Amino acid sequence: MRALTWHGRHDVRVDTVPDPEIVNPRDCIIKITSTAICGSDLHLYDGYIPGMRAGDILGHENMGEVVEVGAKSPLKKGQRVVIPFTISCGQCFFCSKQQFSACDNSNPAETGDPSDIAYGHSMGGAFGYSHLTGGYAGGQAEYLRVPYSDVGPIVIPDGMDDDKVLFLSDILPTGWQAAMNCDIEPGDTVAVWGCGPVGLFAIQSAFLLGAHRVIAIDHYPRRLELAKSMGAEVLSYKEVDVRDALDEMTGGIGPDACIDAVGMESHGLSIDNIADTLKAHSFLGTDRPHALRQAILACRKGGRLSIPGVYGGVADKFPIGALMEKGLTVKSGQTHVQRFGRQLLEMIGEGKIDTTFLISHRASLEDGPEMYRHWHDEQNDYTKIVLKPEMAKGDVKESIREVEHA
Amino acid sequence: MPSASNRPPIMDRPSAQATALGVGAVIAVAGAAFLFTRSNRSSDASDAFISDAPPWTHRDKPKGEKGTLIGRSVTINRPRQEIYAAWRDFTRFPEYMDNVRSVEMIDQKTARWTIEAPAGNTVELVTETTHDVPGERIAWKSIEGSSITTAGEVLFFDAPAGRGTIVQLVMTYNPPGGTVGKMIAKLFQREPAIQARRDLRRFKQLMETGEVTANASPSARTSETATEARI
Repeated sequence: MRALTWHGRHDVRVDTVPDPEIVNPRDCIIKITSTAICGSDLHLYDGYIPGMRAGDILGHENMGEVVEVGAKSPLKKGQRVVIPFTISCGQCFFCSKQQFSACDNSNPAETGDPSDIAYGHSMGGAFGYSHLTGGYAGGQAEYLRVPYSDVGPIVIPDGMDDDKVLFLSDILPTGWQAAMNCDIEPGDTVAVWGCGPVGLFAIQSAFLLGAHRVIAIDHYPRRLELAKSMGAEVLSYKEVDVRDALDEMTGGIGPDACIDAVGMESHGLSIDNIADTLKAHSFLGTDRPHALRQAILACRKGGRLSIPGVYGGVADKFPIGALMEKGLTVKSGQTHVQRFGRQLLEMIGEGKIDTTFLISHRASLEDGPEMYRHWHDEQNDYTKIVLKPEMAKGDVKESIREVEHA
Repeated sequence: MPSASNRPPIMDRPSAQATALGVGAVIAVAGAAFLFTRSNRSSDASDAFISDAPPWTHRDKPKGEKGTLIGRSVTINRPRQEIYAAWRDFTRFPEYMDNVRSVEMIDQKTARWTIEAPAGNTVELVTETTHDVPGERIAWKSIEGSSITTAGEVLFFDAPAGRGTIVQLVMTYNPPGGTVGKMIAKLFQREPAIQARRDLRRFKQLMETGEVTANASPSARTSETATEARI
């Protein structure tokens, strides 16, 4: 089959690779119909994530049609399914507590050691995201092997387009969990740092969960425009002092809850790796680690801090004093996708949630390397790229959006 | 979790325990004397070790005549009897023990293990079961003249609040080739402490999910197939 493979920094290729096969009884194989490039894929692209090996297949936002099932899979050939990016067994202590991204079994024994050493306990598994999270092939390919297919896949009813449901795989539940972690109360103002896909879905989710106001922070005009179209008030940090603005917009109290949807994906296995990664990040974007510090200082006393943005290593000059003295509650973590998938699917069906507004470009797998370049270099115009293996090479479709101002 | 009061019986042998306490006490007292006051030196040595943790977590691990002590615990979300019964069938070890190629029962109590060693070699190990308490404990040791001297046991405890079973694997071993052999084994990741950690993870996977987790999937690396697990 054809697949997008990682070969090093800024080196993504389309290769012909073997087809996946059923390995364990609970597996299924899907034929990919849509697969998106995630913001976090850029950090693989930039070469910041250790544990990648040349030839790894990328892609963790996947959906498709079931074409093969193992002996213990309840799925049927022909069913359309969205695949959560987290791989979860459904039977360990963590899965039974609905903490699916903390699954104790999905990261194989051999690949669990590095995160065991770096984080104290080994991480759960994920598709196409380095050998730290299990070394599973991703779905930016024609076919994908899905372990534990009785737990993860969300079966999609006929008549719902891929574009409406694809983001159930990652960014929609991630935005939803970010807002859930804010424990929103009536009258609350929620501030969201970062208006990428997760930030935008967090804005949408915060309103659905009863936020009185949402204030969104970014600098790309196009992304702030999208945030505004969802009902958020917006701040460009290039125009205003964010903390000053947030205080003045909240009667001097500060936002009740703050969401860091920026993150800093520096993973590290050893002291020198962590240090190198931090250095690399500080050369590339000094404001990125800044977002979390700013959120802590901006948040009201006794407020809530939600961190869906990914961090991997250790942080320097972390305002632990402000965090403690103001009595903030912090909730974070990779998304427990399996916990929210079916509920969010219903809300999409009822028209309460729309995800299609985000997609700016659709392209073939063959155009994948080019799309990675655009996604990396043109973040204002490329708000989300969906790859469809059935599309022909060169047939790139750009959505022309009309943004309504709230 | 088991506390000092129910330390695994492998440490109950007087010689091993005495060594453990002795070494621990000497270091602890020396440390206290250095940090605080010389008068502490006269305190009762048996009081010096105050932690409730199992002996294999001690900074100064006991090194008895049986070799290095290693231990590893894992919580498995299944009932104790079921876990015990699965472990009791030694011939299933190759399903979850990466370096065990086969286990053959010679008689009720005696098992012949074929174990993979560094650089494609195999080592044979013959053990006899010394204790078998259904649902609680299985212990074994290598017979006289074995190329590896080892003794081990696996203990089963109920985890609190219906969380399943805590499995503790405790072993002492003298690797072939002594310290050098141990270093080589570590280099090739055949070192017993690493093996024990991974083997227990696989056993847990098998018990909880019915499968040993495998990342086997395609890549653009021609050296690999889509059905082999890879690191």
